[in-house]
Amino acid sequence: MNPIFKSHEKDFMRIEADQVCVDYNGTVALYDASLNLKAGSICGLVGMNGAGKSTFFKALMGFVRPSTGKIRLNGLRVNQAQKDQTVAYVPQNEGIDYAFPVSVWDVVMMGRYGAMNIFRIPRESDRRAVFHALERVDLLDLRNRPIGSLSGGQRKRAFLARAIAQRASVLLLDEPFAGVDVPTEKLMAELFLQFRQEGHTILISTHDLNHVRDFCDFVVLINKTVLAYGETSEVFTSENLNKTFGGMPPNPLSGPESSKNFVNE
Amino acid sequence: MSELLISIAPLNWLLDPLTHEFMRRALMVSALVGGVCGLLSCYMTLKGWALMGDAVSHAVMPGVVVAYALGLPFSLGAFVFGVGSVALIGFIKQKSRIKEDTVIGLVFTGFFALGIVLVSKIKSNIDLMQILFGSPLGISQSDVKQTLIISFIVIFILLLFRKDLMLYCFDAKHARSIGINTGILHYLLLTLLSLSAVVGLQTVGIILVVAMLITPGATAYLLTDRFDRMTILAVISSSFSSILGVYISYWSDIETGGSIVLVQTLIFLIAFLFAPKYGIFKNQTLINNG
Repeated sequence: MNPIFKSHEKDFMRIEADQVCVDYNGTVALYDASLNLKAGSICGLVGMNGAGKSTFFKALMGFVRPSTGKIRLNGLRVNQAQKDQTVAYVPQNEGIDYAFPVSVWDVVMMGRYGAMNIFRIPRESDRRAVFHALERVDLLDLRNRPIGSLSGGQRKRAFLARAIAQRASVLLLDEPFAGVDVPTEKLMAELFLQFRQEGHTILISTHDLNHVRDFCDFVVLINKTVLAYGETSEVFTSENLNKTFGGMPPNPLSGPESSKNFVNE
Repeated sequence: MSELLISIAPLNWLLDPLTHEFMRRALMVSALVGGVCGLLSCYMTLKGWALMGDAVSHAVMPGVVVAYALGLPFSLGAFVFGVGSVALIGFIKQKSRIKEDTVIGLVFTGFFALGIVLVSKIKSNIDLMQILFGSPLGISQSDVKQTLIISFIVIFILLLFRKDLMLYCFDAKHARSIGINTGILHYLLLTLLSLSAVVGLQTVGIILVVAMLITPGATAYLLTDRFDRMTILAVISSSFSSILGVYISYWSDIETGGSIVLVQTLIFLIAFLFAPKYGIFKNQTLINNG
Protein backbone atom coordinates (compact mmCIF):
# COMPACT_ATOMS: atom_id res chain seq x y z
CA MET A 1 0.00 0.00 0.00
CA ASN A 2 2.76 2.34 0.94
CA PRO A 3 6.08 1.93 -0.83
CA ILE A 4 8.31 3.78 1.62
CA PHE A 5 7.90 2.03 4.95
CA LYS A 6 8.32 -1.66 5.57
CA SER A 7 5.60 -3.30 7.58
CA HIS A 8 7.77 -3.98 10.64
CA GLU A 9 8.31 -0.25 11.03
CA LYS A 10 4.61 0.31 11.47
CA ASP A 11 4.87 0.36 15.24
CA PHE A 12 6.91 3.50 15.10
CA MET A 13 4.44 5.47 13.09
CA ARG A 14 3.44 8.84 14.41
CA ILE A 15 0.51 9.20 12.05
CA GLU A 16 -1.22 6.15 10.71
CA ALA A 17 -4.34 6.48 8.60
CA ASP A 18 -5.69 3.36 7.00
CA GLN A 19 -8.32 3.55 4.25
CA VAL A 20 -10.14 6.41 5.91
CA CYS A 21 -13.52 7.43 4.49
CA VAL A 22 -15.45 10.46 5.66
CA ASP A 23 -18.87 11.50 4.52
CA TYR A 24 -21.10 14.37 5.55
CA ASN A 25 -24.74 13.25 5.51
CA GLY A 26 -24.08 10.93 2.59
CA THR A 27 -21.80 13.25 0.60
CA VAL A 28 -18.38 11.67 0.37
CA ALA A 29 -15.63 14.12 1.30
CA LEU A 30 -12.78 11.64 1.48
CA TYR A 31 -12.40 7.98 0.62
CA ASP A 32 -9.70 5.34 1.00
CA ALA A 33 -7.22 7.87 2.33
CA SER A 34 -4.16 6.16 3.75
CA LEU A 35 -1.05 7.75 5.15
CA ASN A 36 1.85 6.62 7.30
CA LEU A 37 4.28 9.09 8.76
CA LYS A 38 7.20 8.19 10.97
CA ALA A 39 8.84 10.26 13.68
CA GLY A 40 10.98 13.13 12.46
CA SER A 41 9.37 13.90 9.14
CA ILE A 42 7.70 16.82 7.46
CA CYS A 43 4.87 16.06 5.10
CA GLY A 44 2.93 18.40 2.87
CA LEU A 45 -0.76 17.79 2.31
CA VAL A 46 -1.49 19.29 -1.07
CA GLY A 47 -4.74 19.65 -2.92
CA MET A 48 -7.27 22.12 -4.20
CA ASN A 49 -9.81 23.78 -1.95
CA GLY A 50 -12.57 21.28 -1.41
CA ALA A 51 -10.28 18.35 -2.20
CA GLY A 52 -10.58 17.04 1.35
CA LYS A 53 -7.52 18.55 3.02
CA SER A 54 -9.42 20.01 5.93
CA THR A 55 -11.59 16.90 6.16
CA PHE A 56 -8.44 14.81 6.47
CA PHE A 57 -7.20 17.18 9.19
CA LYS A 58 -10.52 17.01 10.99
CA ALA A 59 -10.42 13.23 10.89
CA LEU A 60 -6.87 13.19 12.28
CA MET A 61 -7.97 15.50 15.10
CA GLY A 62 -11.11 13.52 15.82
CA PHE A 63 -13.46 16.35 14.81
CA VAL A 64 -15.20 14.10 12.32
CA ARG A 65 -15.59 10.37 12.71
CA PRO A 66 -14.51 8.34 9.70
CA SER A 67 -17.31 6.13 8.39
CA THR A 68 -14.74 3.43 7.69
CA GLY A 69 -11.02 3.01 8.15
CA LYS A 70 -8.89 3.65 11.18
CA ILE A 71 -6.56 6.35 12.44
CA ARG A 72 -3.78 5.95 14.99
CA LEU A 73 -1.53 8.65 16.36
CA ASN A 74 1.58 7.29 18.10
CA GLY A 75 -0.22 3.98 17.97
CA LEU A 76 -3.17 5.37 19.96
CA ARG A 77 -6.75 6.06 19.02
CA VAL A 78 -7.34 9.73 18.33
CA ASN A 79 -9.20 10.61 21.54
CA GLN A 80 -6.59 8.80 23.62
CA ALA A 81 -3.80 10.56 21.75
CA GLN A 82 -5.45 13.91 22.46
CA LYS A 83 -5.55 13.18 26.18
CA ASP A 84 -1.85 12.34 25.99
CA GLN A 85 -1.17 15.73 24.37
CA THR A 86 0.09 14.00 21.23
CA VAL A 87 -1.44 16.36 18.69
CA ALA A 88 -1.09 20.11 18.40
CA TYR A 89 -3.15 22.00 15.88
CA VAL A 90 -2.03 25.35 14.53
CA PRO A 91 -5.10 27.05 13.07
CA GLN A 92 -5.41 29.35 10.11
CA ASN A 93 -5.47 32.97 11.15
CA GLU A 94 -9.04 33.42 9.95
CA GLY A 95 -10.45 30.90 12.41
CA ILE A 96 -9.66 32.92 15.52
CA ASP A 97 -11.44 35.83 17.25
CA TYR A 98 -8.58 38.30 17.63
CA ALA A 99 -10.69 40.75 19.61
CA PHE A 100 -10.74 38.23 22.45
CA PRO A 101 -9.31 39.73 25.64
CA VAL A 102 -6.26 37.51 26.07
CA SER A 103 -2.55 38.29 26.02
CA VAL A 104 0.04 36.46 23.93
CA TRP A 105 1.22 34.79 27.14
CA ASP A 106 -2.34 33.61 27.89
CA VAL A 107 -2.69 32.10 24.43
CA VAL A 108 0.57 30.17 24.68
CA MET A 109 -0.37 29.04 28.20
CA MET A 110 -3.47 27.43 26.67
CA GLY A 111 -1.07 24.89 25.18
CA ARG A 112 -0.35 23.71 28.72
CA TYR A 113 -3.98 23.28 29.84
CA GLY A 114 -4.12 19.64 28.85
CA ALA A 115 -1.17 18.85 31.11
CA MET A 116 -2.59 20.77 34.08
CA ASN A 117 -5.10 19.53 36.64
CA ILE A 118 -8.79 20.42 36.41
CA PHE A 119 -8.29 23.88 37.97
CA ARG A 120 -5.77 24.78 35.24
CA ILE A 121 -3.42 26.46 37.68
CA PRO A 122 -0.04 26.89 36.00
CA ARG A 123 2.96 25.42 37.78
CA GLU A 124 6.51 26.64 37.49
CA SER A 125 7.19 24.03 34.79
CA ASP A 126 4.23 25.32 32.75
CA ARG A 127 5.52 28.88 32.96
CA ARG A 128 8.96 27.72 31.91
CA ALA A 129 7.49 25.88 28.93
CA VAL A 130 5.57 28.98 27.85
CA PHE A 131 8.61 31.20 28.30
CA HIS A 132 10.78 28.84 26.30
CA ALA A 133 8.19 28.53 23.52
CA LEU A 134 7.87 32.31 23.23
CA GLU A 135 11.64 32.54 23.09
CA ARG A 136 11.79 30.09 20.19
CA VAL A 137 9.31 32.04 18.09
CA ASP A 138 10.92 35.34 19.09
CA LEU A 139 7.83 36.82 20.76
CA LEU A 140 9.12 37.15 24.32
CA ASP A 141 9.09 40.93 24.17
CA LEU A 142 5.46 40.99 23.12
CA ARG A 143 4.21 38.48 25.67
CA ASN A 144 2.02 40.93 27.58
CA ARG A 145 0.41 42.43 24.49
CA PRO A 146 -3.20 41.54 23.58
CA ILE A 147 -3.22 38.86 20.88
CA GLY A 148 -5.23 41.17 18.62
CA SER A 149 -2.49 43.81 18.56
CA LEU A 150 -0.05 41.49 16.78
CA SER A 151 0.59 41.42 13.05
CA GLY A 152 -0.48 38.44 10.95
CA GLY A 153 2.95 36.84 11.11
CA GLN A 154 3.29 37.42 14.85
CA ARG A 155 -0.13 35.86 15.43
CA LYS A 156 0.95 32.80 13.53
CA ARG A 157 4.07 32.60 15.65
CA ALA A 158 2.02 32.90 18.83
CA PHE A 159 -0.06 29.87 17.84
CA LEU A 160 3.08 28.01 16.86
CA ALA A 161 4.44 28.81 20.32
CA ARG A 162 1.28 27.34 21.81
CA ALA A 163 1.95 24.12 19.92
CA ILE A 164 5.56 24.13 21.13
CA ALA A 165 4.46 24.70 24.73
CA GLN A 166 2.11 21.75 24.39
CA ARG A 167 5.12 19.52 23.60
CA ALA A 168 3.06 17.49 21.16
CA SER A 169 4.88 15.02 18.95
CA VAL A 170 2.47 15.50 16.04
CA LEU A 171 1.93 18.99 14.65
CA LEU A 172 -0.90 19.72 12.24
CA LEU A 173 -0.54 23.07 10.52
CA ASP A 174 -3.31 24.56 8.44
CA GLU A 175 -1.95 26.82 5.69
CA PRO A 176 0.92 28.04 7.90
CA PHE A 177 2.39 30.32 5.26
CA ALA A 178 -0.79 32.10 4.25
CA GLY A 179 -0.48 35.81 4.87
CA VAL A 180 2.76 35.83 6.86
CA ASP A 181 5.67 38.23 6.45
CA VAL A 182 9.09 37.18 5.21
CA PRO A 183 10.84 37.11 8.65
CA THR A 184 8.08 34.90 10.05
CA GLU A 185 8.28 32.63 7.04
CA LYS A 186 12.03 32.24 7.52
CA LEU A 187 11.66 31.65 11.23
CA MET A 188 8.95 29.07 10.71
CA ALA A 189 10.96 27.22 8.09
CA GLU A 190 13.92 27.06 10.48
CA LEU A 191 11.69 25.90 13.33
CA PHE A 192 10.15 23.15 11.21
CA LEU A 193 13.59 21.78 10.44
CA GLN A 194 14.46 21.89 14.15
CA PHE A 195 11.22 20.11 14.98
CA ARG A 196 12.11 17.37 12.54
CA GLN A 197 15.50 17.05 14.19
CA GLU A 198 13.77 16.70 17.55
CA GLY A 199 11.65 13.86 16.23
CA HIS A 200 8.38 15.71 15.73
CA THR A 201 6.14 14.78 12.86
CA ILE A 202 4.69 17.72 10.98
CA LEU A 203 1.79 17.63 8.57
CA ILE A 204 1.31 20.85 6.64
CA SER A 205 -1.83 21.53 4.71
CA THR A 206 -1.06 23.91 1.88
CA HIS A 207 -1.59 24.74 -1.73
CA ASP A 208 1.69 26.57 -2.01
CA LEU A 209 3.87 24.20 -4.01
CA ASN A 210 7.08 26.15 -3.51
CA HIS A 211 7.10 25.64 0.22
CA VAL A 212 6.46 21.95 -0.23
CA ARG A 213 9.45 21.68 -2.55
CA ASP A 214 11.63 23.60 -0.10
CA PHE A 215 11.34 21.56 3.05
CA CYS A 216 8.77 18.77 2.96
CA ASP A 217 10.34 15.31 3.01
CA PHE A 218 7.08 13.76 1.92
CA VAL A 219 4.05 14.87 0.00
CA VAL A 220 0.50 13.65 -0.02
CA LEU A 221 -1.43 14.71 -3.09
CA ILE A 222 -5.10 14.66 -2.38
CA ASN A 223 -8.29 14.98 -4.37
CA LYS A 224 -11.10 13.22 -2.48
CA THR A 225 -8.58 10.44 -1.95
CA VAL A 226 -4.82 10.08 -1.77
CA LEU A 227 -3.66 10.33 -5.39
CA ALA A 228 0.02 9.94 -4.68
CA TYR A 229 2.14 9.71 -1.60
CA GLY A 230 5.86 9.46 -1.10
CA GLU A 231 9.10 11.37 -1.05
CA THR A 232 8.74 14.85 -2.45
CA SER A 233 11.21 14.37 -5.28
CA GLU A 234 9.40 11.26 -6.54
CA VAL A 235 5.83 12.41 -6.10
CA PHE A 236 6.18 15.94 -7.38
CA THR A 237 5.89 15.08 -11.05
CA SER A 238 3.90 17.18 -13.45
CA GLU A 239 1.72 14.16 -14.16
CA ASN A 240 0.77 13.79 -10.50
CA LEU A 241 0.21 17.49 -10.11
CA ASN A 242 -2.04 17.48 -13.14
CA LYS A 243 -4.10 14.76 -11.55
CA THR A 244 -4.27 16.67 -8.29
CA PHE A 245 -5.33 19.93 -9.81
CA GLY A 246 -7.74 18.45 -12.25
CA GLY A 247 -5.85 18.68 -15.52
CA MET A 248 -4.75 22.25 -14.99
CA PRO A 249 -1.00 22.63 -14.53
CA PRO A 250 -0.76 24.49 -11.25
CA ASN A 251 0.63 27.95 -11.39
CA PRO A 252 2.37 28.67 -8.11
CA LEU A 253 1.86 32.40 -8.53
CA SER A 254 -1.87 32.42 -8.96
CA GLY A 255 -2.44 29.38 -6.78
CA PRO A 256 -4.43 26.28 -7.53
CA GLU A 257 -7.79 27.97 -6.84
CA SER A 258 -7.67 29.48 -10.28
CA SER A 259 -7.87 26.02 -11.77
CA LYS A 260 -10.97 25.10 -9.82
CA ASN A 261 -13.39 27.01 -12.00
CA PHE A 262 -11.83 25.46 -15.04
CA VAL A 263 -12.56 21.99 -13.77
CA ASN A 264 -16.17 22.79 -13.08
CA GLU A 265 -16.81 23.80 -16.65
CA MET B 1 -36.38 62.85 41.55
CA SER B 2 -33.73 65.56 41.72
CA GLU B 3 -35.85 67.40 44.28
CA LEU B 4 -35.86 64.29 46.36
CA LEU B 5 -32.12 63.99 46.13
CA ILE B 6 -31.62 67.54 47.29
CA SER B 7 -34.24 67.46 50.00
CA ILE B 8 -32.71 64.51 51.83
CA ALA B 9 -29.16 64.16 52.98
CA PRO B 10 -27.12 61.72 50.84
CA LEU B 11 -26.39 59.53 53.83
CA ASN B 12 -30.06 59.19 54.57
CA TRP B 13 -30.63 58.47 50.91
CA LEU B 14 -28.41 55.44 51.38
CA LEU B 15 -29.37 54.38 54.90
CA ASP B 16 -33.07 55.05 55.13
CA PRO B 17 -34.10 52.18 52.81
CA LEU B 18 -32.00 49.80 54.88
CA THR B 19 -34.36 50.18 57.81
CA HIS B 20 -36.89 48.16 55.88
CA GLU B 21 -36.55 44.39 55.85
CA PHE B 22 -37.88 44.14 52.28
CA MET B 23 -35.30 46.65 51.04
CA ARG B 24 -32.39 44.90 52.70
CA ARG B 25 -33.56 41.71 51.06
CA ALA B 26 -34.08 43.37 47.69
CA LEU B 27 -30.63 44.96 47.76
CA MET B 28 -28.90 41.76 48.74
CA VAL B 29 -30.68 39.65 46.13
CA SER B 30 -30.21 42.26 43.42
CA ALA B 31 -26.50 42.60 44.10
CA LEU B 32 -26.02 38.83 44.08
CA VAL B 33 -28.10 38.33 40.95
CA GLY B 34 -26.24 41.20 39.31
CA GLY B 35 -22.94 39.54 40.14
CA VAL B 36 -24.00 36.15 38.82
CA CYS B 37 -25.41 37.51 35.58
CA GLY B 38 -22.45 39.87 35.21
CA LEU B 39 -19.99 36.99 35.48
CA LEU B 40 -21.86 34.90 32.94
CA SER B 41 -22.33 37.87 30.59
CA CYS B 42 -18.60 37.79 29.84
CA TYR B 43 -18.95 34.34 28.31
CA MET B 44 -22.16 35.27 26.50
CA THR B 45 -20.66 38.31 24.81
CA LEU B 46 -17.37 36.63 23.95
CA LYS B 47 -19.07 33.51 22.61
CA GLY B 48 -21.59 35.60 20.67
CA TRP B 49 -24.56 34.12 22.46
CA ALA B 50 -26.61 37.28 23.05
CA LEU B 51 -29.49 35.92 21.00
CA MET B 52 -29.24 32.60 22.82
CA GLY B 53 -29.52 34.49 26.11
CA ASP B 54 -32.59 36.27 24.83
CA ALA B 55 -34.09 32.97 23.73
CA VAL B 56 -33.48 31.04 26.93
CA SER B 57 -34.69 33.86 29.16
CA HIS B 58 -37.99 34.09 27.27
CA ALA B 59 -38.38 30.35 26.97
CA VAL B 60 -38.41 29.83 30.75
CA MET B 61 -41.77 31.62 30.95
CA PRO B 62 -44.10 28.57 30.62
CA GLY B 63 -41.87 26.71 33.08
CA VAL B 64 -42.36 29.41 35.70
CA VAL B 65 -46.14 29.37 35.19
CA VAL B 66 -46.43 25.59 35.33
CA ALA B 67 -44.21 25.41 38.42
CA TYR B 68 -46.31 28.00 40.23
CA ALA B 69 -49.50 26.24 39.27
CA LEU B 70 -48.20 22.89 40.56
CA GLY B 71 -46.72 24.41 43.68
CA LEU B 72 -43.17 23.47 42.70
CA PRO B 73 -40.14 25.74 43.03
CA PHE B 74 -40.38 28.16 40.10
CA SER B 75 -36.68 27.65 39.38
CA LEU B 76 -37.25 23.99 38.61
CA GLY B 77 -39.87 24.73 35.98
CA ALA B 78 -37.80 27.53 34.51
CA PHE B 79 -34.75 25.34 34.32
CA VAL B 80 -36.57 22.49 32.57
CA PHE B 81 -38.00 24.80 29.94
CA GLY B 82 -34.76 26.75 29.55
CA VAL B 83 -32.75 23.61 28.82
CA GLY B 84 -35.66 22.19 26.82
CA SER B 85 -35.71 25.21 24.53
CA VAL B 86 -31.98 24.87 23.92
CA ALA B 87 -32.35 21.19 23.11
CA LEU B 88 -35.25 21.94 20.76
CA ILE B 89 -33.24 24.68 19.02
CA GLY B 90 -30.39 22.24 18.52
CA PHE B 91 -32.74 19.53 17.26
CA ILE B 92 -34.58 21.72 14.73
CA LYS B 93 -31.33 23.20 13.49
CA GLN B 94 -29.84 19.76 12.94
CA LYS B 95 -32.90 18.24 11.31
CA SER B 96 -33.88 21.09 8.99
CA ARG B 97 -32.28 23.52 6.59
CA ILE B 98 -33.36 26.56 8.58
CA LYS B 99 -30.61 28.94 9.76
CA GLU B 100 -29.78 29.05 13.43
CA ASP B 101 -30.93 32.59 14.24
CA THR B 102 -34.29 31.87 12.65
CA VAL B 103 -34.66 28.68 14.68
CA ILE B 104 -33.76 30.55 17.88
CA GLY B 105 -36.30 33.29 17.22
CA LEU B 106 -38.93 30.76 16.28
CA VAL B 107 -38.50 28.56 19.35
CA PHE B 108 -38.30 31.27 21.99
CA THR B 109 -41.34 33.20 20.77
CA GLY B 110 -43.27 29.94 20.67
CA PHE B 111 -42.33 29.15 24.27
CA PHE B 112 -43.04 32.71 25.36
CA ALA B 113 -46.47 32.65 23.74
CA LEU B 114 -47.19 29.34 25.45
CA GLY B 115 -46.30 30.99 28.76
CA ILE B 116 -48.66 33.91 28.20
CA VAL B 117 -51.50 31.59 27.18
CA LEU B 118 -50.90 29.44 30.26
CA VAL B 119 -51.00 32.46 32.56
CA SER B 120 -54.35 33.53 31.17
CA LYS B 121 -55.78 30.02 31.35
CA ILE B 122 -54.48 28.59 34.61
CA LYS B 123 -56.50 29.87 37.54
CA SER B 124 -53.97 30.90 40.13
CA ASN B 125 -52.62 33.95 41.80
CA ILE B 126 -49.74 34.32 39.34
CA ASP B 127 -49.07 37.93 38.60
CA LEU B 128 -48.14 38.22 34.94
CA MET B 129 -46.57 41.61 35.52
CA GLN B 130 -44.33 40.18 38.23
CA ILE B 131 -42.99 37.49 35.89
CA LEU B 132 -42.55 39.87 32.99
CA PHE B 133 -41.01 42.76 34.87
CA GLY B 134 -39.64 41.23 38.08
CA SER B 135 -40.15 42.57 41.56
CA PRO B 136 -37.13 42.39 43.83
CA LEU B 137 -38.91 44.64 46.32
CA GLY B 138 -41.65 42.07 46.77
CA ILE B 139 -39.50 38.93 46.73
CA SER B 140 -40.65 36.22 49.13
CA GLN B 141 -38.50 34.40 51.66
CA SER B 142 -38.66 31.11 49.74
CA ASP B 143 -37.72 32.84 46.48
CA VAL B 144 -34.73 34.38 48.25
CA LYS B 145 -33.60 30.95 49.33
CA GLN B 146 -33.89 29.53 45.81
CA THR B 147 -32.07 32.50 44.36
CA LEU B 148 -29.23 32.15 46.86
CA ILE B 149 -28.80 28.44 46.16
CA ILE B 150 -28.86 28.80 42.36
CA SER B 151 -26.55 31.80 42.45
CA PHE B 152 -23.92 29.99 44.45
CA ILE B 153 -24.14 26.94 42.21
CA VAL B 154 -23.59 29.11 39.12
CA ILE B 155 -20.74 31.08 40.68
CA PHE B 156 -19.05 27.90 41.90
CA ILE B 157 -19.21 26.19 38.50
CA LEU B 158 -18.13 29.30 36.63
CA LEU B 159 -15.12 29.78 38.87
CA LEU B 160 -14.21 26.10 38.75
CA PHE B 161 -14.36 25.87 34.96
CA ARG B 162 -13.53 29.46 34.07
CA LYS B 163 -10.38 28.62 32.14
CA ASP B 164 -11.92 25.73 30.25
CA LEU B 165 -14.94 27.85 29.36
CA MET B 166 -12.71 30.75 28.37
CA LEU B 167 -10.69 28.44 26.12
CA TYR B 168 -13.92 27.01 24.70
CA CYS B 169 -15.10 30.53 23.82
CA PHE B 170 -11.74 31.52 22.34
CA ASP B 171 -10.66 28.42 20.45
CA ALA B 172 -12.92 25.38 20.72
CA LYS B 173 -10.82 23.47 18.19
CA HIS B 174 -7.74 23.70 20.34
CA ALA B 175 -9.77 22.70 23.38
CA ARG B 176 -10.87 19.56 21.57
CA SER B 177 -7.42 18.78 20.27
CA ILE B 178 -6.00 18.68 23.81
CA GLY B 179 -8.67 16.24 24.91
CA ILE B 180 -11.17 18.62 26.54
CA ASN B 181 -14.78 17.51 26.00
CA THR B 182 -16.22 20.62 24.35
CA GLY B 183 -19.65 19.04 24.02
CA ILE B 184 -19.92 18.96 27.79
CA LEU B 185 -18.67 22.55 28.04
CA HIS B 186 -21.26 23.65 25.47
CA TYR B 187 -24.13 22.22 27.46
CA LEU B 188 -22.60 23.32 30.75
CA LEU B 189 -22.60 26.91 29.50
CA LEU B 190 -26.18 26.58 28.27
CA THR B 191 -27.23 25.14 31.63
CA LEU B 192 -25.55 28.02 33.45
CA LEU B 193 -27.36 30.38 31.09
CA SER B 194 -30.71 28.83 31.99
CA LEU B 195 -29.93 29.05 35.71
CA SER B 196 -28.78 32.67 35.41
CA ALA B 197 -31.90 33.59 33.48
CA VAL B 198 -33.90 32.06 36.32
CA VAL B 199 -32.23 34.18 38.97
CA GLY B 200 -32.12 37.23 36.71
CA LEU B 201 -35.85 37.27 36.16
CA GLN B 202 -36.26 37.69 39.93
CA THR B 203 -34.95 41.20 39.77
CA VAL B 204 -35.63 42.51 36.28
CA GLY B 205 -38.21 40.06 34.89
CA ILE B 206 -38.22 37.89 31.82
CA ILE B 207 -38.32 40.68 29.27
CA LEU B 208 -35.24 42.49 30.53
CA VAL B 209 -33.17 39.61 31.86
CA VAL B 210 -31.20 39.39 28.63
CA ALA B 211 -29.80 42.84 29.45
CA MET B 212 -28.35 41.39 32.66
CA LEU B 213 -26.78 38.63 30.57
CA ILE B 214 -25.03 40.82 27.99
CA THR B 215 -24.71 44.48 29.02
CA PRO B 216 -22.16 44.08 31.86
CA GLY B 217 -20.00 41.88 29.65
CA ALA B 218 -20.20 44.34 26.78
CA THR B 219 -19.25 47.22 29.09
CA ALA B 220 -16.30 45.35 30.58
CA TYR B 221 -15.17 44.25 27.10
CA LEU B 222 -14.68 47.91 26.17
CA LEU B 223 -12.54 48.53 29.23
CA THR B 224 -9.86 45.83 29.19
CA ASP B 225 -7.83 43.40 27.13
CA ARG B 226 -7.62 40.81 29.90
CA PHE B 227 -10.19 38.16 30.50
CA ASP B 228 -9.82 38.06 34.29
CA ARG B 229 -10.16 41.84 34.55
CA MET B 230 -13.14 41.70 32.25
CA THR B 231 -14.96 39.31 34.56
CA ILE B 232 -14.17 41.45 37.62
CA LEU B 233 -15.31 44.66 35.89
CA ALA B 234 -18.49 43.00 34.65
CA VAL B 235 -19.37 41.73 38.12
CA ILE B 236 -18.68 45.11 39.73
CA SER B 237 -20.61 47.14 37.16
CA SER B 238 -23.50 44.70 37.20
CA SER B 239 -23.82 44.54 41.01
CA PHE B 240 -23.41 48.29 41.27
CA SER B 241 -26.13 48.87 38.66
CA SER B 242 -28.45 46.52 40.50
CA ILE B 243 -27.96 48.24 43.86
CA LEU B 244 -28.21 51.74 42.42
CA GLY B 245 -31.24 50.71 40.38
CA VAL B 246 -33.05 49.43 43.47
CA TYR B 247 -32.26 52.65 45.37
CA ILE B 248 -33.52 54.85 42.54
CA SER B 249 -36.59 52.68 42.23
CA TYR B 250 -37.25 53.05 45.97
CA TRP B 251 -36.90 56.82 46.09
CA SER B 252 -38.60 57.74 42.86
CA ASP B 253 -41.18 54.97 42.77
CA ILE B 254 -40.31 53.62 39.33
CA GLU B 255 -40.27 50.04 38.06
CA THR B 256 -37.22 48.32 39.61
CA GLY B 257 -36.27 46.13 36.65
CA GLY B 258 -36.33 49.04 34.24
CA SER B 259 -34.36 51.15 36.66
CA ILE B 260 -31.60 48.52 37.06
CA VAL B 261 -31.26 47.95 33.32
CA LEU B 262 -31.26 51.68 32.60
CA VAL B 263 -28.36 52.21 35.01
CA GLN B 264 -26.52 49.35 33.29
CA THR B 265 -27.18 50.89 29.90
CA LEU B 266 -25.93 54.28 31.09
CA ILE B 267 -22.72 52.72 32.37
CA PHE B 268 -22.32 51.02 29.02
CA LEU B 269 -22.80 54.33 27.21
CA ILE B 270 -20.17 55.98 29.41
CA ALA B 271 -17.74 53.16 28.58
CA PHE B 272 -18.70 53.37 24.91
CA LEU B 273 -17.87 57.07 24.85
CA PHE B 274 -14.95 57.36 27.23
CA ALA B 275 -13.27 53.94 27.54
CA PRO B 276 -9.52 54.65 27.54
CA LYS B 277 -8.68 52.39 24.62
CA TYR B 278 -11.92 51.40 22.92
CA GLY B 279 -14.20 54.40 23.58
CA ILE B 280 -15.15 56.56 20.63
CA PHE B 281 -13.30 59.52 22.14
CA LYS B 282 -10.16 57.48 22.70
CA ASN B 283 -8.08 59.28 20.10
CA GLN B 284 -8.97 62.73 21.36
CA THR B 285 -6.45 62.68 24.19
CA LEU B 286 -3.81 61.08 22.02
CA ILE B 287 -4.20 63.82 19.43
CA ASN B 288 -4.20 66.54 22.09
CA ASN B 289 -1.11 65.15 23.76
CA GLY B 290 0.73 64.51 20.55
